[in-house]
Amino acid sequence: MPLTKLEVQHVAMLARLQLEDRDVDDVVAKLSRIVEFVDQLQAVATDNVLPMAHPLNMSQRLRADDVTEPNQRDFVQQNAPSTKEGYYLVPKVLE
Amino acid sequence: MNGKWEVVIGLEVHTQLATNSKIFSGASTAYGAAPNTQACLVDLGYPGVLPVLNAEVVRMAVKFGLAVNAKVASRSIFARKNYFYPDLPKGYQISQYELPIVGHGELFILDDNGNEKRIGITRAHLEEDAGKSVHEGFGEHSGIDLNRAGTPLLEIVSEPDMRSAREAVAYMRKIHTIVRYLEVSDGNMQEGSFRCDANVSVRPRGQKELGTRAELKNLNSFRFVEKAINFEIDRQIALIEDGGEVVQETRLYDSDKDETRPMRSKEEANDYRYFPDPDLLPVEIDDSFIEAVRKTLPELPDAKQQRFTNQYGLKTADAEILTASRAVSDYFEQVAEATTAGPQVAANWVIGDLSALLNKEGIEIKSSKIGAGALAGLLDRIADTTISGKIAKDVFESMWTGEGSADEIIAAKGLTQITDTSALESVVDAVIAANPEQVAEFRAGKGKLLGFFVGQVMKETGGKANPGQVNRIIKQKLG
Repeated sequence: MPLTKLEVQHVAMLARLQLEDRDVDDVVAKLSRIVEFVDQLQAVATDNVLPMAHPLNMSQRLRADDVTEPNQRDFVQQNAPSTKEGYYLVPKVLE
Repeated sequence: MNGKWEVVIGLEVHTQLATNSKIFSGASTAYGAAPNTQACLVDLGYPGVLPVLNAEVVRMAVKFGLAVNAKVASRSIFARKNYFYPDLPKGYQISQYELPIVGHGELFILDDNGNEKRIGITRAHLEEDAGKSVHEGFGEHSGIDLNRAGTPLLEIVSEPDMRSAREAVAYMRKIHTIVRYLEVSDGNMQEGSFRCDANVSVRPRGQKELGTRAELKNLNSFRFVEKAINFEIDRQIALIEDGGEVVQETRLYDSDKDETRPMRSKEEANDYRYFPDPDLLPVEIDDSFIEAVRKTLPELPDAKQQRFTNQYGLKTADAEILTASRAVSDYFEQVAEATTAGPQVAANWVIGDLSALLNKEGIEIKSSKIGAGALAGLLDRIADTTISGKIAKDVFESMWTGEGSADEIIAAKGLTQITDTSALESVVDAVIAANPEQVAEFRAGKGKLLGFFVGQVMKETGGKANPGQVNRIIKQKLG
């Protein structure tokens, strides 16, 4: 089923991808082909198949509730463009 | 409330689980640390790291599930909830969607008419908390503290079973009491460990289908829940009666203005594109684990309240107050078991004088300056008439300020009640001799003056006389 222009623009907005107007038709066509390719799976009868949550047939390992991580703020904040008094600075977000 | 309209409320309660470390990392969850000192590479979403689930989080979720009579899922999965916000480093929150760890459950509240009412619990799922944005003090920027990112939350979703703001608060209080009894959360609302979102809609009474709902975000006190819901009910009814329509949206409660308003960031319809998190495997819980957790369940508030009324003969209202907190109920039981004064006297003191002092000084009963054994010692002295109830209050305050045990204070201050009848009689004789006018009036039928005489005798004895005994002696002498 081909995607609509609106769907593609909506997904781009949710993913914060900038999509130029002149590129939209091209992206719609390409993405639709991908979706159609994957849609072939809909033809498989899965009535008696349990949904798979993970390709590995294993269950989650658990860790003990211990604090093992030291403070690495100075180290990781070297990667931040802007910090102040230990906070990361971002453009103002207000509700 | 408008009788034409029926209110429908469902709550999503977010309760922070009281673990030492985060849900998927070994960073500390301690409250109040300097910003970003407890945010490790996993919490920050650095490339190449993997989340590993905290065993304690699973145990706590199961414990809650059992306490609300819910089915614990033998297999549950984690999903990514995708959205962008500055305090969400990974661009997604790890949550649970299709297979939550706790399924359908229930609890009971008292409805607006005082009748027991069942509230269904749809599900409870595990998720990580986001960080915190600070808007003051950074000029045109916001400051982001990611210490809270990755803190374990249990989100408890109710059925839309509540029909008033008061019922919603009663439900929320019940959840609050339960998680504290279970010791899976400290329930501290000031620190954000316990908060809720409310889904509110109205429909014409008798209509089957639900009205369009608004979701009220981040209500972090019982009072705000009630006020926000009541504001929202009035807003929706007024809107519909004016010919308008409620739109489905997320609204933020502003406690300063006591109003709700739409949240701009949530205007785009919630489209979180959930999918199973490939970094986490399914969580499998077997029956033996569930049964082991079941063995650790404490007596729950409803059962304890019932027992307090049966075993101790307490009034229902008193039993309810005493069992609202596990620490208070434990304290009461210790006093009741230790004293000869009887359980109702113990209850009266715990609910009355002790609670008043604890509130006044803002301390928890666990840190009470008078232990349960010490209070029992004081109540024993009332029971054996060594001191009057009135003197006991003074002794109680002296005990609070660390002057010693009840017996020590009574001995040191010479507070022992005068029960020697001949000693009291001579005081009564003196009072009668000193007040001939009142004696005449009393004899002429002004019975109210009895209180005056008793008061005089109590004054003369420094409060150490037994008022009942004084009463009898005066009546004898003047009768």
